[in-house]
Amino acid sequence: MAETHGKPVPVPTRETLPFWEGCRRGELMIQRCGECRHFQFFPRLYCSRCMSERVEWVRASGGAEVSSFTIVRRPVSAAFAADTPYVVALVRLDEGPTMMTNIVGCSPESVRIGMAVEAVFERLTDEISLPQFRPRSG
Amino acid sequence: MPDLSATQLYVKAAKLALADAGLGKHDVDGLITCVSWAEPYLYHAEMIAEYMRIFPRYCITAPAGGGTTLTMLHHAASAIATGMCETILITMADSQVSGLSRDKAIEAMATAGHPQFERPYGPPIPAFYALIAQAHQHAYGTTDEQRAAVAVACRKHASMNPAAQMRKPIAIADVLNSRPISDPLHLLDCSLVSDGGASIVMTAAERARDFPKRPVYLLGAGEGHSHEHLSQALSLTTSAAKESGERAYAMADLGPQDIDVAELYDCFTPVVIIELEDLGFCPKGEGGRFVENGRIELGGALPVNTHGGLLSHCHPGHPGSMFAITEAVRQLRGACGVRQVADARVALVHGQGGFMSSHGTAIFGNEMV
Ligand SMILES: [Zn+2]
Repeated sequence: MAETHGKPVPVPTRETLPFWEGCRRGELMIQRCGECRHFQFFPRLYCSRCMSERVEWVRASGGAEVSSFTIVRRPVSAAFAADTPYVVALVRLDEGPTMMTNIVGCSPESVRIGMAVEAVFERLTDEISLPQFRPRSG
Repeated sequence: MPDLSATQLYVKAAKLALADAGLGKHDVDGLITCVSWAEPYLYHAEMIAEYMRIFPRYCITAPAGGGTTLTMLHHAASAIATGMCETILITMADSQVSGLSRDKAIEAMATAGHPQFERPYGPPIPAFYALIAQAHQHAYGTTDEQRAAVAVACRKHASMNPAAQMRKPIAIADVLNSRPISDPLHLLDCSLVSDGGASIVMTAAERARDFPKRPVYLLGAGEGHSHEHLSQALSLTTSAAKESGERAYAMADLGPQDIDVAELYDCFTPVVIIELEDLGFCPKGEGGRFVENGRIELGGALPVNTHGGLLSHCHPGHPGSMFAITEAVRQLRGACGVRQVADARVALVHGQGGFMSSHGTAIFGNEMV
């Protein structure tokens, strides 16, 4: 894992590169099984439901719902001190899979379980943009 | 414990356990250790064997702690039952205060989570458990006060244990007023950073019969493993402690109603509440109410973590569950003095590791049932 200003920056692998290439374009990419239509994230060599290797990358809607969250009061490292307090959350994508993320674009105190959110992308480096979520507009 | 290095803690604990069992080092033909952060070795168990100058025919290093300690206990029993070896020494220790600086230990813990899909969001270890606590609170109405009651019970028990690191009794308000760490968890909802080590000796029941001290019997053991990364967990509020417990109860032919004392993994207070539910001591969602009114304190319906737990006794990292096992053994021998659970005959020990990822349960009795 590389670092920028001390924050961890993801290093794509062969398996995850299409995800990070999507993030750079502002698209949230997940896998869908060509046999059983199951959606999955993290990326895998084959479908975690039926083991078919016919998994294809598809663009997720970017919509999600907060399944849990915490306001971090004591940062994980000095690199996150300026952001503190910040929200770490688990969100369930409209397609089904769950992701860890930050909730941004609102006060930490206003975040609720069940809140509707949408993906936004924070550019960390030329290669890597990090998907985060903000309250869904409209 | 700055007077002993991590390796010295492993071998000191091993010597004490062998003396307690009335055995010499050459009676040991199996050895299990856990990896050490302070003094790592590629072949850790072999290094401890070399240090002690013993030559086991079964020798394994556990790669982690928490539930893995119970996994190792389960495997040790299997190794003895299948004749791979006769007498296994399990010794675990680490030196997280003196061997690593406190900042270094916290930094080491910052490497938790998936490097691409979790760590970039900056979750410290308490945040993972805070996500679990928040989900449980949302689903079942669990409160700050109920989580605090877990910390209060552990501290009360630690106050009766001269070996405990934190012995000054606390009240629910002390937990709620302690520094917010990661909502809804406060500082006193979180376990300690410690030096420490513990060892046990396991052998077949027939062989233990003529030992100088009364043996304690492993009546049942079980495991459940559900995920590594929290964001891949199928549920935040129900864990594989359920399967782990069911498997241990089935082997022991006992149920939660038969347990006199429970030593449950308490890296953070909400974990105990979920374990009480998943291990069948109360229905799902009732764990918060279960811990109220001193029910898990000595004198209550189910005394939990009678040594003080990871919250107040000590938490040197990987060895954490070992102190739960040694406490269960002491309780079943009636050797706990002021913190003795009256007429304790059956004890349950549960460990979990990762983020409710890897679970192990053991049920011990002071008689073979
Ligand atoms: Zn499939």
